[in-house]
Amino acid sequence: MNIKTPVVVMENITKSFPGILANDQVNLVINEGEIHALLGENGAGKSTLMSILTGLYRPDKGEIYINGQPVKFHSPKDAVMKGIGIVHQHFKLVKTFTVAENILLGLHSSKEVYDLKAVKGKIQEFCLNYGFSVDTDAQVWQLSIGEQQRAEIIKALFWGAEILILDEPTAVLTPQEAAELYRTLRLMADQGKSIIVISHKLSEVMENTDNITVLRSGKGIGTVATASTNEEELTRMMVGRNVLFDVPKKNIGKGCKILKLQQVSCLGNRGQKALKNITLDVFGGEIVGIAGIAGNGQSELAEVIAGVRPLEAGTKFIDGIDHTNSSVRSLIAAGVSYVPEDRLGTGLVPGLDAVDNFILKSYESADRYFINWQEAKRRTKEAVGDFDIKIASLSNAVNALSGGNLQKLLLAREISANPRLMVAVYPMRGLDVGAMEVVRNLLMGERDAGKGVLFISEELEELFMLSDRIVVLHEGEIMGVVQPSSSNIETVGMMMAGKRMLKQDAM
Amino acid sequence: MEQSLLTAILATGIIAGTPILFAALGEIISEQAGVLNLGVEGMMLVGAVTGYMITMDTNNQWLGLLAAVIAGGLMALIHAFLTITLRANQVVSGLALTIFGTGLSGYLGQTLIGRPLEATFKSVPIPGLSQIPWIGPSLFEHDLLVYLGYIAVAACWFVLYRTRTGLKIRAVGENPSAADAAGVNVFAIRYGCVVLGGMLAGVGGAYLSLAYAPSWLENMTAGRGWIAVALVIFATWNPTKAFLGSWLFGVVDVLGFHLQNMGITVSSFFLKMLPYVITIVVLIIVSRETKKRHVASPAAMGIPYNREER
Amino acid sequence: MRCEWMSAIRFEKRSTTPRGVLFLVPLLSVIIGLCFAGLFIGATGKNPLNIYSLMFEGAFGSAYGISETVVKSIPLMLTGLAVALAFRMQLWNIGAEGQLYMGAFGATWLALKFPEWPAYLLLPGMLIMSFITGGIWGLLPAIPRAYFKVNETITTLLLNYVGILWVDYLVYGPWRDPKGFNFPITAPFSESAILPVLGDSRIHVGLILAILAAVVLYIVLNYTKWGFEIRVSGESAIAANYAGMNYIKNILLIMFISGGLAGVAGMTEVSAITQRLQHGISPGYGYSAIIIAWLARLNPWAVVVVSFLFGALLVGGYSIQTSGFPAATVAMLQGAILFFVVGGEIFVKYRLTWSGRGGHK
Repeated sequence: MNIKTPVVVMENITKSFPGILANDQVNLVINEGEIHALLGENGAGKSTLMSILTGLYRPDKGEIYINGQPVKFHSPKDAVMKGIGIVHQHFKLVKTFTVAENILLGLHSSKEVYDLKAVKGKIQEFCLNYGFSVDTDAQVWQLSIGEQQRAEIIKALFWGAEILILDEPTAVLTPQEAAELYRTLRLMADQGKSIIVISHKLSEVMENTDNITVLRSGKGIGTVATASTNEEELTRMMVGRNVLFDVPKKNIGKGCKILKLQQVSCLGNRGQKALKNITLDVFGGEIVGIAGIAGNGQSELAEVIAGVRPLEAGTKFIDGIDHTNSSVRSLIAAGVSYVPEDRLGTGLVPGLDAVDNFILKSYESADRYFINWQEAKRRTKEAVGDFDIKIASLSNAVNALSGGNLQKLLLAREISANPRLMVAVYPMRGLDVGAMEVVRNLLMGERDAGKGVLFISEELEELFMLSDRIVVLHEGEIMGVVQPSSSNIETVGMMMAGKRMLKQDAM
Repeated sequence: MEQSLLTAILATGIIAGTPILFAALGEIISEQAGVLNLGVEGMMLVGAVTGYMITMDTNNQWLGLLAAVIAGGLMALIHAFLTITLRANQVVSGLALTIFGTGLSGYLGQTLIGRPLEATFKSVPIPGLSQIPWIGPSLFEHDLLVYLGYIAVAACWFVLYRTRTGLKIRAVGENPSAADAAGVNVFAIRYGCVVLGGMLAGVGGAYLSLAYAPSWLENMTAGRGWIAVALVIFATWNPTKAFLGSWLFGVVDVLGFHLQNMGITVSSFFLKMLPYVITIVVLIIVSRETKKRHVASPAAMGIPYNREER
Repeated sequence: MRCEWMSAIRFEKRSTTPRGVLFLVPLLSVIIGLCFAGLFIGATGKNPLNIYSLMFEGAFGSAYGISETVVKSIPLMLTGLAVALAFRMQLWNIGAEGQLYMGAFGATWLALKFPEWPAYLLLPGMLIMSFITGGIWGLLPAIPRAYFKVNETITTLLLNYVGILWVDYLVYGPWRDPKGFNFPITAPFSESAILPVLGDSRIHVGLILAILAAVVLYIVLNYTKWGFEIRVSGESAIAANYAGMNYIKNILLIMFISGGLAGVAGMTEVSAITQRLQHGISPGYGYSAIIIAWLARLNPWAVVVVSFLFGALLVGGYSIQTSGFPAATVAMLQGAILFFVVGGEIFVKYRLTWSGRGGHK
């Protein structure tokens, strides 16, 4: 037997969905004991490829070999049986179950009337083996994101994974936690497991992996050894051209104070304190970046500013006028523009067409009772042209649009309303590099036009690139405020994890 | 209150609550798997009429019961196919089932109206248990179907909370994508639970026509199927609470009869309204409470599952 | 061993639905639904084709039949519009039946209290009263829904029973006609409380009211700001809140109007048809309305058209009652049709493909 038989071979994998060729004759080879990165921008086909490897999708064409044997997966169960485990970006955990129950769910060897205690014992043993610890009695919704991720990893290993796939695992971790994760992954790889990491984070991949396979627009571009490549080459492979990473920032003088939050507190969806005594100002002509792991109060901050969520305490001023208890409508009228995290569902209505969505907020200010549809259509058409939005027809439901075009439509609407303050929550999420550039330029454009921009993001590089100031949130409190030019990712990372570093002057 | 009057109220309450109990247990199972089935009323009626018909033909109430179980299951199968395979709107599909079931039962039952039945479920007191003061006569001097109901409650609770099948069912109702990733056959579980729900609704209906009345009347469920659906909500999808709730409603149902016996006269129409009004009030109170305690319906209930949906 | 062909057949999401499909699916649903119900009729030894042709004869075979079809379609239109309006906002108003009865109650109250009023005062008054009482009956379940997210499907349904019992209480009790031979009926209405007829059939002014309601609804939903809010709220409550729309106010308003429209249906029935309040003024119009609204895909014009169809179904059903078919037969047919309407919807959103057909657009 050839001791160099790769553990996983995916050969000429092709998969399409209506209107999209997600994977076009992609090849992937994974060897035992390696950490292999699957790199590509959003929409490149990485998740699809891994969904095929884990039995969720069936390829239109192509073959899969595990340890040299050809396999055909008809369901996720088949893949698990072959030793393939995956930690999804959106965890597949039943929130109301305990960690033990979640693991039990996929443990086909256990008895019908199960013995929870015995299973819990076995899980604890298992954890010790890998240097983990997880509270098996906690219900998943009570755990932090990092703990949930650990639970997912243990779940995959317990189900017998020899090949572990992690989809964008560091999206929800601080830089320090990410480093810790990779240390654990390296340990597993040394013990003989094969690890595949899906990522779009170049620096991380360069530091922690052995080999990198790059996908672009559904095609496999090539596989390189990490040691023999660099970020520029990878970017070229990912995007197909050279991309400028540095966005020149114009020197605009700081304008007047647009947003003033004073000691603001609010509650979250589960009745917990989501924001605690937030004091924050945003001036015209600046981009204030909000850094932090998702779930530390960012969404609530945006909602409170937009009026969608009530304040429990504190005051809120827009352009000097007290809007603490204002309705969403009056805040819109005061010039607050909110670009929500949930593009399609909150920001845009999926079942309605582009015109309906374009006038979603502005319909109110028209005539007394009636809507002038001709005017609405004209303005929508104009905006579609100005913002270069690819739409097949103005009367098609918008859920057919791609992520990038959705975001452009949303921003087109918001910018056309000439706001004073724009609150953008994770606006680049799920977009390809081209669309990201557009969004970046639009936000910069608003800043340069003298508006105030509050930019909430989980990508530190993005924040450093765009912001004039960065505010770090942790568990609803401000840990510190830094100038990008005089700080670095490590410092911000520590604040994101809870280390308080408040500097008086940077506020 | 004298013992005999209290036990009489409690005992008749159990009997009146049994059809609701069976229907509610069935709906709990279906909803825990994530499928809302508003066709309970229709399935109960079809169960009632089928049970009556077959019992009349065979002179054997157990065969009639079996027929009711099959009929309820078949009706539920339609709903399962529409909502699970064809991903139809669960609310409207359930309503269609109710309307169709009501009509079908009325159509099939026209020749049965007014014809009495010999083979019915009669009271079988359990020796020993029925002697216990207060509880004995209330719970243990009933027909076999009532006892079957007690067993059903225990079985339901045990399966849902102590077996792997129950774990799978609850997972499918909370997060079918996670269940799928764990290797659970989401479709099979959902189909099975919906059909089982229909079977239990059939038993509930058969109880009315074969034990409670016993007779066949058009629309004899008179909204009990809907009360069962409401009961599932305020029992927070828990079989034991459903038992207590159905008992409570049984008591409310027979209250008028007892009040009359006690010499209190209230308009029969207002007494008939009482179960519905109380159901609404309890539903409102409990909804407010559950909002505070963050107990909710199975998260994926009402949403069709599609593995390849992007 | 799995059958390869089974997994080869798939449903693929459509980006747009061709016009033909939108029209064909409901039509086919009706036809196949009737066939399905026909199976059950056949199982009891009767010939379904024979029955259906008898029904057709009864509904369209004579001038009387046609006029009766129109008469029956009036309350169906009104309740159908009521239900369609609520459904547009994803408010599952199953209580149209009870709201109809409460509307009838309101109209009757005015008619019995002021029989001496002239028609130009009494009739509009009854209209308004029925709209209000029906509206309140729709508002009652709307309040817990708006503020506590209490499931309105169940509450509206249960209130049906309460509404019907309330009317029963009145006609068996305080409002019973002493000269009515102990039947559960009130005294007959005065001349001025009766809706005038058009021509010399039983078709009454209610038809104009119903069609007017459809026109108003169409204009409001498609051309007014408020109609826009309704459409947005029905698609996504979160988006409606985000856009600054008052979602709660809209729930209450829509349920009130929905109940009101159904209440008006009640008024037309007691004013034009029974000309008094009595037990059983509706053979389930409120429930048929649900099927009508869904079959019409919540479109006001389609509701008008479909109401005629269902009116015909009812009249046809009456005509076969003498042949031993209970009223429940019609409910069975309607339920079967709804099954296939509901099932057929998937063909609107998805198309059936098999692999080998490529997935490209």
